[in-house]
Amino acid sequence: MSRSHRSVIPGFGLSLGLTLTYLSLIVLLPLSAAFIKTLGMSWDGFWTAVASPRVVASYRISFLASLAAASVNCVFGLIVAWVLVRYPFPGRRIVDALVDLPFALPTAVAGIALTALYAPNGWIGALVAPYGVKIAFTEIGIFIALTFIGLPFVVRTLQPIIEELEPEFEEASASLGANRWQTLRRVIFPQLVPALLTGFAMAFARALGEYGSVVFISGNMPMRTEITPLLIITKLEQYDYAGATAIAVVMLGASFLMLLVINLLQKWSRRHHAV
Amino acid sequence: MSILARNLTKTFGAYTALADVSLEIPTGKLVALLGPSGSGKTTLLRIIAGLEFADTGSGRIDFHGSDVTDVPAGKRGVGFVFQHYALFKHMTVAENIAFGLTVRPRRERPDRAAIDARVKELLKLIQLDDLGARYPAQLSGGQRQRIALARALAVQPKVLLLDEPFGALDARVRKELRRWLRHFQREIGVTTLFVTHDQEEALELADEVIVMNNAKIEQVGTPQEVYDRPASPFVIEFLGNVNRFATKAHPLPGAGSDVLYVRPHDVDILRDYHGEHGVRVHVQHVFSAGNTGRVALVREDNGDAIDAELSRVRLAELNLVAGDQAWVVFRHIRLFPAGAFTERDVATEDATPAVADPGQGI
Repeated sequence: MSRSHRSVIPGFGLSLGLTLTYLSLIVLLPLSAAFIKTLGMSWDGFWTAVASPRVVASYRISFLASLAAASVNCVFGLIVAWVLVRYPFPGRRIVDALVDLPFALPTAVAGIALTALYAPNGWIGALVAPYGVKIAFTEIGIFIALTFIGLPFVVRTLQPIIEELEPEFEEASASLGANRWQTLRRVIFPQLVPALLTGFAMAFARALGEYGSVVFISGNMPMRTEITPLLIITKLEQYDYAGATAIAVVMLGASFLMLLVINLLQKWSRRHHAV
Repeated sequence: MSILARNLTKTFGAYTALADVSLEIPTGKLVALLGPSGSGKTTLLRIIAGLEFADTGSGRIDFHGSDVTDVPAGKRGVGFVFQHYALFKHMTVAENIAFGLTVRPRRERPDRAAIDARVKELLKLIQLDDLGARYPAQLSGGQRQRIALARALAVQPKVLLLDEPFGALDARVRKELRRWLRHFQREIGVTTLFVTHDQEEALELADEVIVMNNAKIEQVGTPQEVYDRPASPFVIEFLGNVNRFATKAHPLPGAGSDVLYVRPHDVDILRDYHGEHGVRVHVQHVFSAGNTGRVALVREDNGDAIDAELSRVRLAELNLVAGDQAWVVFRHIRLFPAGAFTERDVATEDATPAVADPGQGI
């Protein structure tokens, strides 16, 4: 670093070193351990572990349910965040605090509570059971659990952005003759897209890795409602460490790729903000 | 398009932003709404724009004779320019300008080519022909403000409303843009109302100035009128520097403490004086940078501060230094007794008019 580029806070060298060491220790090391463990497998062994029909079915349910949950959270999270920021109503603070509950609640507790609610004899499950609809122990149950744990990510990323949205933009739009829908679609929504993408990415990533709240409600039927993280645990319980890490590596690769794509999308959607 | 507003009242909870305000703006005029912050000027502008509505049951707004009181902003035919531009960041300059045209219902919307032509024409008008493809973040404050203006004009508004249009710009750009707006408004002839707290801006730019204070209109008039014949102590104090003295002895019967105002440029300093209207002072400080000389004086009898402004030639003639003794004479004073109002011109020379001496007892 040259003298002319001194930053206000000193110690760039030290802090960069600390950052790299910390990230290596906390993030990179465990992840590379997973990779190294799989390196011990033969290619055939790896392929059988990660591409057997039961595993592929689990990828399918994990990715689709996470995608659906994150998408739904984007829609409703946006509405929740909007209401919490824009409309003062009695009890707003309490509702605001409620949003964080899925963060704070031990996931197993959430899973048991959701299962109790949606099981055929639970409050909600009993309501829909007469129509032949089953929620708990089906894909819908998984989707509900993943929606539950993903909501705070979307709401909490959007809230500060909505707070910063000047009412002037809406007024400018309205004074130019735009109706409410046009203002929402052409003026407000584009400004929220970057934050929405971040929220989506976080909710999606969290849903992919979620275990605790899903295992109770999913029923864990092989080929139908067995999520990938559960499969990994199952393998571990069978002392098939290599098989478990092989699946983990596939998950890791896929998640990394998706996050990368979302990041690029985000960068693209923010392109105008750069000066 | 003329604007007529009658009896507008607006309250926010216990706070009154506008108290029974009425005003009329003739077609094609450039009018300034001038006042300190909190005087209600922005609220008035926003109500005229339809971005805000007066208290229910109060007031009425007509645009050229037709009632628009309950018409929302988008249907009033007003162009509104915000202090911080409010340009849409994710749209290019051209898209910003075209916005008002592209949101029209399909039947009324011009075709793509017509919109492009209109955008081009407006870019030319604001002298930013080549910047259509840029994003607002890539432009300077002055350029953004002009684009905000072009965007407002694209829909051919009957009335142009500007909220502190130069407030966020630096002094040099502000002056330039001010001159440009003046010229521009003359050219297109749209009735324009702008809000400002800068008296210089209002006096320099407007055909007519509406001075506001405490949710009320204090005075309406040409810049000359409001400056030369202020209707109230507030107006005289708000428009430019003024010396203010409390006085008891005045020719009109009136209770309370009356106030006498003298503009610094109406204060003459004399080395020697033998008339009846002089006030004995000593010089505290002399500022001679700038186009006029300014002298800070202190009255010897009661210690009141007096500011004087004179030409640099005159200042050189006097050759004053701090600590000198001198006399001052007021060329023109304005007396505001409690509740009443008088005005008197006093000759610099001893040829005093045969009326009660306003200099007496001050």
